[in-house]
Formats: sequence, structure tokens, C-alpha cells
Amino acid sequence: MTIGLVPLEGGGGYTPPGTQDFLWGSVWPDVLPDWVNKPLIQAVIGFLLVVLFWYFGSRKLQVKPSKGQYFFEFVYEFVRNGIARDILHADYRKFLPYLLALFTFLLFNNWFGEFFFFMYPTFSNVGYAYGLALVSWVVYVGAGFKKWGFGFLKKSLIPEGVPGYLLPLVMPLEFLSVFITRPVTLALRLFANLFAGHLVVLVFVVGGGFLLTYQDNLLYNVSGGVSMLFSLVILLLELFIGALQAYIFTVLTAQYVSTSVADAH
Amino acid sequence: MGSTIWVPQNTLGPLAPHHWSEVIVGILLLLVLTLIIAKAVVPAFEKMYEERSSKIEGGMQRAAAAEAKAEAALAQYEDQLASAREEAAKIREDAKNQSAQILAEARDKATKESDRILESGRQQLAAERAQLVAQLKGEVGGMATALAGKIVGESLEDDERALRTVDRFLAELEQAGTAR
Repeated sequence: MTIGLVPLEGGGGYTPPGTQDFLWGSVWPDVLPDWVNKPLIQAVIGFLLVVLFWYFGSRKLQVKPSKGQYFFEFVYEFVRNGIARDILHADYRKFLPYLLALFTFLLFNNWFGEFFFFMYPTFSNVGYAYGLALVSWVVYVGAGFKKWGFGFLKKSLIPEGVPGYLLPLVMPLEFLSVFITRPVTLALRLFANLFAGHLVVLVFVVGGGFLLTYQDNLLYNVSGGVSMLFSLVILLLELFIGALQAYIFTVLTAQYVSTSVADAH
Repeated sequence: MGSTIWVPQNTLGPLAPHHWSEVIVGILLLLVLTLIIAKAVVPAFEKMYEERSSKIEGGMQRAAAAEAKAEAALAQYEDQLASAREEAAKIREDAKNQSAQILAEARDKATKESDRILESGRQQLAAERAQLVAQLKGEVGGMATALAGKIVGESLEDDERALRTVDRFLAELEQAGTAR
């Protein structure tokens, strides 16, 4: 605590943002259990918003689209044509509901980090990211087993054209890659991006606020103001990252499913 | 706060979920959402896309059908027009023929009529003339005798002579009549 940039007055004052900012207590202490916290409420609200979104989006679909329908069709076709059909080709229809749910659920929850009232991305709590990655794992492993039976193991563990003497080396690596690394990276990529993004925003907002209200130091106040303004730019960046991560998670899931069900490997 | 969990929070740090409920809720919400979208949203969109593409295809078919129909109607009208023209020509031809016939008949009739009138006139004339000649014959004989008696001053006793004179005169008269 002797770093000169942030002077402390009598040991109080500034506490830098950290992992403790991602811990939440019960939304209604002593009545509801600890795990009914803000991220959980957000996840449920996000879920409800997605349901509402698609309810309004698919309610009165017309052959000749209205202006509103154009928008929903755009979102739907973004996932349907841009992700599912591009990657899965003929099989896309079976996996489209999951990919749509995944993409919109991720997008809404990620953007919670930039919207008033929430100001916190749900998936910066790693548990939710684990949950989603686990479902994606079940989907792509399940799709592989459903199509190839136990041949799926052989298909995914023994790449074509690998000489026999390398198999003892390659098979464990392939196993690790297909069954362990993929879901873990899926979850951690999502979590880390949103966790870090939120932390950066916190640093700029909390630190900036502290400097802005610091007494008798004009330089601190000015730099605090600048940092507060800069946090808005970071928020815009986070909007982009939130959408990007939702897209990447969905695309990778589709990609994994595609490698599971593809004919020739 | 991390006491509810068995994963050592101090080794995994923020990579450890704070509550297992996070994982479970994440999975449940995603599954329910997938179910809702699979049951309601995707079918609705796909149905609309199908309708749209079938409508476009149907529209194209309908347009082709309408075009074929229009062409058929045009051909029919042209047919009708051609037959109507033909008929009109035929009617004109007939009328021409008929008028020529009527004219010929009328001329024929008129000729006959005029011939008849002429003939009857001629007969009447001949009859009147014969009657006149007969009448004149009688009267002229008497008048001539009376005249001759007056001129000669004497009665012509000789009837025979007198009769001869009258006959000669009448013959001359007749000659002059036929010569005329």
C-alpha cells in the first residue's frame, strides 16, 4: 500500500476493485438463501427477456414482413444462416434451437454488464459459464455418439493418416482436446472476457470516482474525471466484446458439433 | 461466503463457482430456453419461410398460367376476327349475287310486260282498224253514189255500171290504205 500514485489517508479510503466485487450475498438476507443473489436474478431475468424477445419476434410472422419483423428475422437469420447453416450444412435444423437459445441467452446476459440497473455481466460468475459449456459438451458429444455409436470414440481419438507408432502419443492428446479442453476453454474464454471487462470498468469508475472526489488536489480530480469519461468508452468496448463472446461461444459449439457429425474427418 | 462450497476457493480463485446453484441454474435456464425455442420459435419462423418461398413460387406459376391464358384468349379472338371477316366477305358476295339476280329478274319481267302491252295494243289497233274499214266501206259507197249522182245530175240507171265504179274506187282506196 505504499504505491505513491494513490495516497491513502489514515489507512481508509481507497480499496482497489478485485475479486471481492464479484461476490454477492442474498438479495433478501435472512429470508432467502445466499445463493439467491444478484447474478441468479439476472440470469432469470435474462432468460425471461429472451423468452419475451422470441415471443414478440415469432408472434405474428407474416410472409410480407413488417418493419419490426425485419429486425427479428435479421437476428434469427444471423444464427440460422450465418452460424448454423454455414457450419453444419444439412444437419443445421436439428441444432438450430439450441444455437439460437445459446446465442440470445449469452447476448442478453453479456449486455447486462453495460445496462443501467444491472451493470454486471452474469457470466463473470464462472459457474454459469461452466453450466453452458457443459450443455454444449453434452450436445456435441451426444451428437457424435448418436450418429456413430461407439465408433465416435475411434473417430475422434484416431485422426486419419496418423502412423501407428504415434497413436500412443496422439490418442491421449486427442482425448484431452476433444473431451476436456474444449468445454473448459469454452467456459473460461467466456468467463475471463467478461470478468476482466467488468474489472476494467470497475477500475476506471471506482478509481476515477475516488480521484474525482479527492480533496485539495486538482490533478487527481482532473485525471479522475478523464478516467470516468474513459470508462464510457470501455463500456462501449464491452458491448462489442459481449456480442463477440456470445457469437464465439455459439460458433465454436456449432463447430464442435460439426466435427462430431462430419462424415470425413 | 465461499464456505458453502467444497472446491478450495483459495486455490482456484475466481475460477471456482461461488455456489453450485450457478451451474445448475445456467444449465436449467438454457435447456428450458432451448425447449421453448424448439417448440415455438423455430417452427414459426420456418413455417413463415416455407410459406414465403411457396408463395413466391406459386406467384411465378400463377403468372405463367395467366400469360398462357392471355395468349390463348388472344389466339381465340384472332380466330373469331378472321372468321367474322370471312363471313362478312361471304355476305357481301351473296348480296352482290342476289342483287344481280334481282336485277335480271326485274329486267326480264319488265321486258315481258312491255311485250305484252305492246302485243295487246297492236291487236286492239288491228281490231279497231278492221272495224273502221268495214264501217267506212259501207258509208263511203253510199256517200260516193250520192255524190256522183249529184255531180252527174242524173240518176244512174245503170246499176251495173255504177256498182263497178264504186268497186273500182274502193279498190283504189284500199290500195292506198295498204300502201300507207
